[in-house]
Amino acid sequence: MEFFRIKRDIPFMSYARTTTIISLVTFLLSIFFLFTRGLAFSVEFTGGTVIEVHYAAAIDPGLAQAALEKAGIVKASVQNFGTAEDLIIRLPLVAGESSAQASTKVLTALDSSSAHVELRRVEFIGPQVGKELVTNGAIALALVCIGIMAYLAIRFEWRFAIAAIIANMHDIVIILGFFAFFRWEFSLTVLAAVLSVLGYSVNESVVVFDRIRENFRKFKKAGVAEIINNAITATISRTIITHGCTEMVVLSMLLFGGESLHNFALALTIGILFGIYSSVLVSSPIVLWLGATRAHFVKSDTPAAPVVGAKS
Amino acid sequence: MNRYSRWRYIVIAVCIVLAVLYSLPNLFGEVPAVQVSPTSSVATVDQALMSGVEDALKAAKIDYQGATLDPTGVKVRLADTDTQLKAREAIQKSLGDGYTVALNLLPATPAWLAGLGAAPMYLGLDLRGGVYFLMQVDMEAALNKQLDRQTGDVRNALREAKVPLAGVVRQGDHLVIKFKDSATREQGQSALAKALREMAVTNLDDTQVTATLNQAALTAFQGQALQQNILTLRNRVNELGVAEPIIQQQGSDRVVVQLPGVQDTAKAKDILGRTASLEIRMVDEEHADAQSIAEAMKGIVPPSDELFTGGREGRPILIKKQILLTGEEISNASTGFDQNGQPAVNVNLSTLGARIFSQLTRENVGKRMAIILVERGKGEVVTAPVIRSQIDGGRVQISGAMTTKDASDVALLLRAGALAAPMEIIEERTIGPSLGADNIAKGEHSVLWGFLAIAVFMVIYYNVMGGFSTAALAINVLFLVALLSMMQATLTLPGIAAIALTVGMAIDANVLINERIREELRGGQTPHAAIHAGYQRAFATILDSNVTNFIAGMALFAYGSGPVRGFAVVLCIGILTSIFSAVVVSRAMVNLTYGRRRRLARISI
Repeated sequence: MEFFRIKRDIPFMSYARTTTIISLVTFLLSIFFLFTRGLAFSVEFTGGTVIEVHYAAAIDPGLAQAALEKAGIVKASVQNFGTAEDLIIRLPLVAGESSAQASTKVLTALDSSSAHVELRRVEFIGPQVGKELVTNGAIALALVCIGIMAYLAIRFEWRFAIAAIIANMHDIVIILGFFAFFRWEFSLTVLAAVLSVLGYSVNESVVVFDRIRENFRKFKKAGVAEIINNAITATISRTIITHGCTEMVVLSMLLFGGESLHNFALALTIGILFGIYSSVLVSSPIVLWLGATRAHFVKSDTPAAPVVGAKS
Repeated sequence: MNRYSRWRYIVIAVCIVLAVLYSLPNLFGEVPAVQVSPTSSVATVDQALMSGVEDALKAAKIDYQGATLDPTGVKVRLADTDTQLKAREAIQKSLGDGYTVALNLLPATPAWLAGLGAAPMYLGLDLRGGVYFLMQVDMEAALNKQLDRQTGDVRNALREAKVPLAGVVRQGDHLVIKFKDSATREQGQSALAKALREMAVTNLDDTQVTATLNQAALTAFQGQALQQNILTLRNRVNELGVAEPIIQQQGSDRVVVQLPGVQDTAKAKDILGRTASLEIRMVDEEHADAQSIAEAMKGIVPPSDELFTGGREGRPILIKKQILLTGEEISNASTGFDQNGQPAVNVNLSTLGARIFSQLTRENVGKRMAIILVERGKGEVVTAPVIRSQIDGGRVQISGAMTTKDASDVALLLRAGALAAPMEIIEERTIGPSLGADNIAKGEHSVLWGFLAIAVFMVIYYNVMGGFSTAALAINVLFLVALLSMMQATLTLPGIAAIALTVGMAIDANVLINERIREELRGGQTPHAAIHAGYQRAFATILDSNVTNFIAGMALFAYGSGPVRGFAVVLCIGILTSIFSAVVVSRAMVNLTYGRRRRLARISI
């Protein structure tokens, strides 16, 4: 069985203008949403308390909210979490009140209002921890970018490093744009997913670049655009199958992983879909425009010419 | 060309056998157990304790499945949770207060596997349930308290040097010492510099000098305060009877507390969250009369005193501000009875504490001292006994007007209540046990169904070669689980997600190889040459793409926190195992199948 039996090279580079415009538009839209709507940071970043409780029967969040308000907890946000029996309660940081007090107060309020509630999870993050997580997340992101660029620059060429990192940042900004547009909760695990996308999606560019390098050696006369077209065509089957396989697992997480892995899997899904597109149609045109030539690739393995000198 | 030497097959086979052995313990699950550990360092863990435990169980006619002795205590495996509860009761009754008996779950790894050092993966709190706290030590408050205590040292030093003093007050992080004139100021300054080596003394103006802790003393003090707090937390956790608590320093002023498997999270928080410290000060006997107290109640408190109302003592009482001794100097406290058979609290003091206490009691016979428990900046008088005589040797008995319960409460507070510095919970994660079990099931399902989907696809799409790829992928998971079990790395839910993601990403290498082989075949290569070229050419690409993944994993490991770090560990190990399994193991299978045939007409791909 084979999906992609492509006889002729697809002239990807001649679509470059169109694809770049598409990319640019989604990219700018994402940035627009990031600024206007902003990310819905989870309690890990903002500080505060999250309490997850489980009821034996379905529960209306409104009732629980009313029960909390009766007990004097007014700033809580109550939502169903995954199923109708589970509730998630978010409390903002209150100065001078510890998490222990907050969660106990919530539990007593809920317990007295209805049937037995089971405490599933409490997460309390103080303000200083939240700030640290934001800083550390930003450092990690920067480190990954620098590390990948350095590796690609050593392994290939700086033009490739720049092209790959632009393609990847494009993916990441788009993931963030989605999270901003839909106000999905951006948690630490989502950050982990974003960083994995960064590492994973750059693979695509690497595979194509590898092929470009090989083609430069093999086809001595072809132009740069032709060589890139051939490289993309030769690897497109693998690109789609690999991403398809990864996506199968990610879908499995989306379906079976429950609420805690839901946004993680969502971030990966967006990352994988845009990863295919960007590594093929964003990074390669950039390489072309940055002026990559044969000399940038094959210089390393041309043996030094023998020197002829007069014998003294 | 597609043959491996015999030793390569042997190495691969050995790796797989080892991986199976070390992954096996994960299949056996856990059995209920009780864990006996000493509450203080005085009690010993030895064969005698073990036989004590076994005797207690035999006496109570409780069947158990073997007891083991290790440096932390004795662990007894039991058939079910009912016998577990009974066993705990029986053992606790027979051993008494010196030991805690905690309920625990122990891996049901068969003895022969355990003998090989094989153990199941260590589950993080989000999978097994429990409590995680990150506590911040308030160093500023600790330092202020230390300086308050040192006002006494300043007075003593000047008294010994016979320099008259006009007053000592703490202002922020330094002490301001006032003298009558510049001559005494000079004398005093040099006396202080000589006597108080841990303080930096500088002159402020003609009649005043300031003193503050110097850098070395400050660092040492902070280290000690943190250690003391950790010790106190450990004592408190012991009171809780948690099986495998983790209490660790993080950074210079933070403590991590992890209590796996704790069911009663409210109680845990209550006991840990008690930010208490103890102070011993003198009752102001000159202002103990009804009139002074009444005035103090109206707000006219003598400047050197502090008014305490309520509390255990009940009546309002004026107590001097100067702290003579803190809970740090209390090495142990237990309940007992005095010579009249009345409930009493026996307190043992450290050497330094004993010396201070001896002097304090000599100077204050007939007066009352107060033991004050300070929680969240609010003091409460635990007890205010009269000093009958000078007490040497640091063994103190507090008795009179208390019930047995009072005595044991006071003893507990004295023993566990002393924090050198106030602490605040800045991060808390509590996972109920049912959520932990759910998380495991969800994680397992994600991996299982993801794997099956890929397996079906690979076999349909690449036929026999796809089958090899799938087998290599399965072996990759096996290697990953075996390594995680061997390293006893903490597995979290994001860690399981990383296993799933590894499955999804590791197949990339095999797809690359298979695609390459197809391409070579299309290019007119013989099957053997195609296999050879496919593996060889794909390898560089596989390496490149995994290195970038690895960089991302390492950054996550370095800067991630908690569960995310677990994700990073699994991701990184998964990358390493996947290179091996996808390239070497799958090649071995291909070679075994096709390599022997000299004339290979076609391969199933």
